[in-house]
Amino acid sequence: MSGIKRIAQIFEKARNQQRAALILYYPAGYPDYATSLEVLKGLAQSGADLLEVGMPFSDPLADGPTIQHATQMALSQRMNTRHCLALVRELRQQGVETPVVLMGYLNPVMAYGMERFVRDARQTGADGIILPDFPPEESADFRALCDAYELALISLVSPATPPERARQIAETTRGFLYLISLTGVTGARESLPPELEAFVARTRAVARVPLAVGFGISTPQQARRVSQIADGVIIGSALIARTGEAANPVQAAVEFIQQMFTALGKEELPRFESL
Amino acid sequence: METLSLIPTQQKDGRFGIFGGQYIPEVLMPAVQELEETYRQTRNDAEFHEIYTHLLKTYVGRPTPLTFAKRLTEELGGARIYLKREDLTHTGAHKINNALGQALLAKRMGKTRLVAETGAGQHGVATATVAALLDMECVVYMGSVDIARQQPNVQRMKLLGAEVRAVESGTRTLKDAVNEAIRDWVTNVRTTHYLLGSALGPHPYPTIVRDFQAVIGREAHAQILEAEGRLPDACIACVGGGSNAIGLFSAFVDDEEVALIGVEAGGEGIASGKHAARFADPARGKPGVLHGTFTYLLQDEDGQVLPTHSISAGLDYPAVGPEHAYLREIGRAEYTSVTDAEALQAFQTLARTEGILPALESSHALAEAIRRAPSLPRESILLVNLSGRGDKDLETVLKALKGRGA
Repeated sequence: MSGIKRIAQIFEKARNQQRAALILYYPAGYPDYATSLEVLKGLAQSGADLLEVGMPFSDPLADGPTIQHATQMALSQRMNTRHCLALVRELRQQGVETPVVLMGYLNPVMAYGMERFVRDARQTGADGIILPDFPPEESADFRALCDAYELALISLVSPATPPERARQIAETTRGFLYLISLTGVTGARESLPPELEAFVARTRAVARVPLAVGFGISTPQQARRVSQIADGVIIGSALIARTGEAANPVQAAVEFIQQMFTALGKEELPRFESL
Repeated sequence: METLSLIPTQQKDGRFGIFGGQYIPEVLMPAVQELEETYRQTRNDAEFHEIYTHLLKTYVGRPTPLTFAKRLTEELGGARIYLKREDLTHTGAHKINNALGQALLAKRMGKTRLVAETGAGQHGVATATVAALLDMECVVYMGSVDIARQQPNVQRMKLLGAEVRAVESGTRTLKDAVNEAIRDWVTNVRTTHYLLGSALGPHPYPTIVRDFQAVIGREAHAQILEAEGRLPDACIACVGGGSNAIGLFSAFVDDEEVALIGVEAGGEGIASGKHAARFADPARGKPGVLHGTFTYLLQDEDGQVLPTHSISAGLDYPAVGPEHAYLREIGRAEYTSVTDAEALQAFQTLARTEGILPALESSHALAEAIRRAPSLPRESILLVNLSGRGDKDLETVLKALKGRGA
């Protein structure tokens, strides 16, 4: 089945359960390869709807201190694109069927070889890819390549994106549209911006794809708020912070995801439909 | 009235051949598009040019002179060496030309805050200076390694009212300062202009910085014609990001008989791997994407950016401006490298023969001229861009000389 379709199914499933899909980011190789594999497996077994596997880069421009630190640690152990793909393959071999999206930066993918990467990513069992520094204007050829291999290239929009541009970007995305909740880098925040509802509603009006919100979401309360307006909730830094400090990272990750699931129930259908 | 010329090497959509582009997070896209649009309107705006050129003349101190290095020329016994004196600008380096131009653009866009990165501190000082002049808030990111080796400039920035933020991530040098400046920009994009210091980064920065630095080349072109009645055989400039070099080269690109020579930081030698020479080391310097642009980049086989080394903080950067990658690809410019030791030697030679302390960055360009001049005929002319003054580097130079037993 194509990666795009597999991703679409998770949003359908979540919608049927009256909640947003829970999407978790975890860097490959943090704090080491074996632990990251176990954490990702634990998240999948606990019912994560989608796994974002972080591919480390030396200069992660869109990331805050937590992810930056985690990926530096992965790099110090020689984590690279080849190992990231091997990790996805191993997840599949161990029976994980949860859709997997690779998230990283352009340069390591370029160094690996664009076509080789797309081909190998599909062969190892990945369903999609997110490259925050590869905007639609620059990635038309790469998108065609991803389409040919049925790998979903997921686009991002931010609160600074004008509506007309958001509409164009929504047409380029595959699987879902990644909404950056705030203007800023990744990382847990004490509070989400008050304009979040308006931003999601504005994007909803111009996009026909599922909308997943990420950046800054760290508490169950925040996840709940996002769940009431969006189709997916993306969490990364808060999970990393929790597991990084834990004696048993897998157990910590499982407890974290259970808390988030408890918070995700939708009380009402999205209000944006009346806007 | 001077106009900012569109240099013919630029092809389309912010590309120089295959190099350049806009590889940036989506949150920055509207900001760079606004900058592009503002610049498109401004480059032909008479009022903007009037203000800009007036300030260049009355505040920056332009035109800067072209100095014939008589004693250096006699000592080397070959080509005649001319120095374009960017060290004599207000704040002591070419960086002020660009900082002033971009700050005026930022004002036009209604931005109230400037963020900048700095390696040697010259761009940070220039940005802090124009922020004071134009009453804008200013935050400068600087690697903690560079803060340690460029103390005078750190103090200057603070006196000018800027906040200097130490960067402790990565290699704690210029590359990481750029990362932090971009992260700040991502977060505060509505109020903040990122005043990028070199001909780098996403389109339209390489074009804007080149155009604001082109004043160096235009002046030098006219001045050498006046002094010698002809153009030089070669223009030589150091290349970190490459803004002083592209500013000088831009006026001579169409003069095919003038060789354009960019000098990279060879550090402890190319073979040592401890350098910042993107072109001279084909094993490590390969095209890739860093800080929003596709260009030559020091990277490992996995596409991770490699640490760099140079005695000169301003050249200690793993990527090069995309237009340089293009000029090299089409064979219009040539790129060489000079080691720390050679740059240090050139620093001392110029001090002793001409009474000028060049910046360690500029000392690289000078070392290349010193290397070439003796074997050239006496009627040939080398024009060296002395991009900045060396006062800021005194401590580094004295320490290095002591280490070498001098």
